[in-house]
Amino acid sequence: MINKAVRNAVEAIQGLKDGMTVMFGGFGLCGIPENAISAIRSAGIKNLTCISNNAGVDDFGLGLLLQTRQIKKMISSYVGENEEFERQMLSGELEVELIPQGTLAERCRAAGAGIPAFYTPAGYGTEVAVGKEVKVFNGKPHILEYAFEADFAFVKAWKGDTAGNLIYKGTALNFNHVMAMAGKITVAEVEELVPAGALDPNFIHTPGIFVQRIFQGAHYEKRIEQRTVRKKDLVV
Amino acid sequence: MLSKEQIAKRIARELRDGYYVNLGIGIPTLVANYVPEDIEVVFQSENGLLGMGPFPYEGEEDPDVINAGKQTVTVLPGGVFFDSSTSFAMIRGRHVHLTVLGAMEVSEKGDIANWKIPGKMVKGMGGAMDLVASAKNIIVAMMHTDKYGNSKLLKECTLPITGLQCVKKVVTNLAVLDITERGFELRELAPGVSVETVRKATEGTLIVEGDIKTMEI
Repeated sequence: MINKAVRNAVEAIQGLKDGMTVMFGGFGLCGIPENAISAIRSAGIKNLTCISNNAGVDDFGLGLLLQTRQIKKMISSYVGENEEFERQMLSGELEVELIPQGTLAERCRAAGAGIPAFYTPAGYGTEVAVGKEVKVFNGKPHILEYAFEADFAFVKAWKGDTAGNLIYKGTALNFNHVMAMAGKITVAEVEELVPAGALDPNFIHTPGIFVQRIFQGAHYEKRIEQRTVRKKDLVV
Repeated sequence: MLSKEQIAKRIARELRDGYYVNLGIGIPTLVANYVPEDIEVVFQSENGLLGMGPFPYEGEEDPDVINAGKQTVTVLPGGVFFDSSTSFAMIRGRHVHLTVLGAMEVSEKGDIANWKIPGKMVKGMGGAMDLVASAKNIIVAMMHTDKYGNSKLLKECTLPITGLQCVKKVVTNLAVLDITERGFELRELAPGVSVETVRKATEGTLIVEGDIKTMEI
């Protein structure tokens, strides 16, 4: 089996250059490629166009690359919870393109699946539809959306093997799978890297063919954005 | 006049056995607390979870199990995780029976605005545009007026639109209203609220016909 393992995040981001378009998996802070983000920050790569559902918080996730002004443009569906983001957006330092979450996911999937464009009803009649082709199917208007093109996709999985096969945990699956499919170079970081053959092939989420490089992250903070709990003595 | 919890409680009465339901952030999230005991519904969270359960017990939070509001949650027996494109296949493919959303404005044609206030707040639409474009049934949960007393039930939305002609029912702190081709049809009044109060708080066309019953909460 082809061995895709690299030693660490620094090796994994080789070839990433200023001005590239990059996907980052995750939803909020759940399932984000923490180690790749740190390595990109340290490497000082600039003018990135980032495709990510969210933009992190002020001091974690993609917020770390916003602090250092390494992001030129964000393509996201929801960007609340980040003051530095808002400041840069309102001052015009940061370009922002907001698109519906399902469209974001499908533009990733389409990119990985060789579908150049598709029609969706989401956003018809809104700002999102301005300048886009409209076509009516079964009496309902749809807008034309194009597959993304991304130089790199950085994704995070729970377990992976040296062949690049990935298994996610819980809702950390989110955008990681479709972005893994979409990257010209997909870099997967995992909490546990095992030899090919150690994972049950019946339970792989992302087949290794979509993954070019894989490494075990040195450290995971896995910060919780909204800690909500109930008390044990409550009868529910 | 209803509290936010009571709005959620009233909406819970619209749930039917076997429904798959997507709840938005805010008042809609509270609906999960009032599911009638004799029915079973499954909550879908668009970040990739079917069978969403209550918040975890203290100390049992899992950073890898959250809802679309990024809150830590649990998964019920029979629940499942999936990726974002599969999640929106469920939504766009009309496999979800009911969507409950908050709104800043709703028009008498059923248009909804809930994602942007130009110059003030730009957080993004998240999954709302996909949800409203395809949902079989959308109920809006919101206060009847904004904090300045301005009506949120309008002839035309003034804020950027999230979706056109999609809202079927609105439950507010004052009333339950169906949206039909005629406008906002008053169906129920909150306890202690008069038709006149609703009329004053509704800028869009309000249809009042026959005896209007009081909500059962």
